Amino acid sequence: MNDAAPTIPADSQLKRDMPLVPADSIAGRALVVVIAILTFLACLTAGGAILVAEASQSWRGDVSRDVTIQIKPRAGEDADALVAAAAEIASRAPGVADATAYSKAQSEAILAPWLGDGVDLGQLPIPRLIVVHMQPSHREDLEPLRAALAAGAPAASLDDHRLWLSRLDVMAGAIVVFAAALFALMIVAMGTAVGFATRGAMAGAREIVEVLHFVGAADSYIAGQFQRHFLRLGFEGAGIGGGGAAFFFAVAALASLIARRTAAGAEIAALFGAFRLDLSGYAAIAVVAGAIAMLTGALSRRIVFRQLSLLH
Amino acid sequence: MLRFDNVGLRYGVGPEVLRDLNFSIAPQSFQFLTGPSGAGKTTMLKLMLLSLKPTRGTIHIFGEDAAALSKNQITALRRRIGVVFQDFRLLDHLTTYENVALPLRVMGRDEAGYRAEVVELLRWVGLGDQMNTLPPVLSGGEKQRAAIARALIVRPELLLADEPTGNVDPSLARRLLRLFVELHKSGTAVVIATHDLSLMDQFGYARRLVVGDRQLRVFEGEPA
Repeated sequence: MNDAAPTIPADSQLKRDMPLVPADSIAGRALVVVIAILTFLACLTAGGAILVAEASQSWRGDVSRDVTIQIKPRAGEDADALVAAAAEIASRAPGVADATAYSKAQSEAILAPWLGDGVDLGQLPIPRLIVVHMQPSHREDLEPLRAALAAGAPAASLDDHRLWLSRLDVMAGAIVVFAAALFALMIVAMGTAVGFATRGAMAGAREIVEVLHFVGAADSYIAGQFQRHFLRLGFEGAGIGGGGAAFFFAVAALASLIARRTAAGAEIAALFGAFRLDLSGYAAIAVVAGAIAMLTGALSRRIVFRQLSLLH
Repeated sequence: MLRFDNVGLRYGVGPEVLRDLNFSIAPQSFQFLTGPSGAGKTTMLKLMLLSLKPTRGTIHIFGEDAAALSKNQITALRRRIGVVFQDFRLLDHLTTYENVALPLRVMGRDEAGYRAEVVELLRWVGLGDQMNTLPPVLSGGEKQRAAIARALIVRPELLLADEPTGNVDPSLARRLLRLFVELHKSGTAVVIATHDLSLMDQFGYARRLVVGDRQLRVFEGEPA
């Protein structure tokens, strides 16, 4: 074996370190497409859930800061005096930042859009409102105010918006649970697709696996080769899907900014805020995409191990 | 090194395709495994490589009972065995260099550490100009030489070769056989499956394991 010249080819002269599992295949490209689509949908779901959760927090903050005192006028009573007394009691109650009484004209103006211009509101017993701003530290502690009103202004009723808040909570919670369920379904679909692809790749690489066994490769080594292959496909697909989702949210934020000037845009803005993900939202998309890529690699490794154990 | 005791093999519920195999292969020995086509030479090699499990009897390899070995232990033992397949079994997407280096690569050795060794062996078997060539482009003889180089690169303690000179011209066949003889002299036990009588006649001192009628008969070689 010693008759050859002892010159060793340089790195550039020698093709080496090709992956043992062939990189390019139709099945591989199809898997990248499937992972990209599912990652895109998963990131949309996660981003949407984040938007709804943030918007519901914002609504909750706005609504829970205020409580409303309502006074229904009865015949023979001086409504203005009752309102003034109730406002006075409220403003002195512990935990109240300020109390603003709506005048009769202001109360009627609130109702006018619903009742139309042709109605003489002066003939109707329009309830009178006092908007009370609570101090941030006393948002939940309404009992002193309720007790003071019961003692000094029995005609007044206190509405703390808890019904609305609980409905908002239920709605936001339902959306988040729905998003989580969708997300779980997508992960299961992706796991199934990866499972099919891995088994297909193993069937296609049966001869490679046999040769690797004959030359002394351990199952862990072979599984590692497949894991590397699928991790690469996973990162490729998840990168495309996650990048697409980030692009979608960026474009949507821009579009909502432009559309805010329209009535429909204003409605959407009221529901979802600016429809704009902050940095943590984009970070969540990156985490979802990265986790999907890692899951692809880990799942393929597990399936390869199981398939290899069946070969013996 | 390798011992078969009352080994029999059947596929499913069919009849035994090999039965009552009793022989051993000593360290540093040289033998031919021969017999008519379809007699079971390749099956015998698969049993020796532990890629088939006998349905009865016991196989001892490197002092271990093969039936009691775990998968990891079998993997470790295979690293001490070189094997040349009749159909070469080269990986088509790897270059000739990568195919020959494969046993060292799966052991986790650093490529820079074995490159000179692999290149030297490739040049010796006449494939110095084909290092970057993919197997589908190689001729039958070149594939065979690459397969032999892959088996030899780990300097195995036991070499199993299935018709290793079947696709090469007589002069290259002699050269390859000289390689096997050199390997044998350096301490490797060699088993060559062939039905080429002229080839066996060149090595009168080699034992002959003759497979026929589902059994095996052993003929000791002439004293060297």
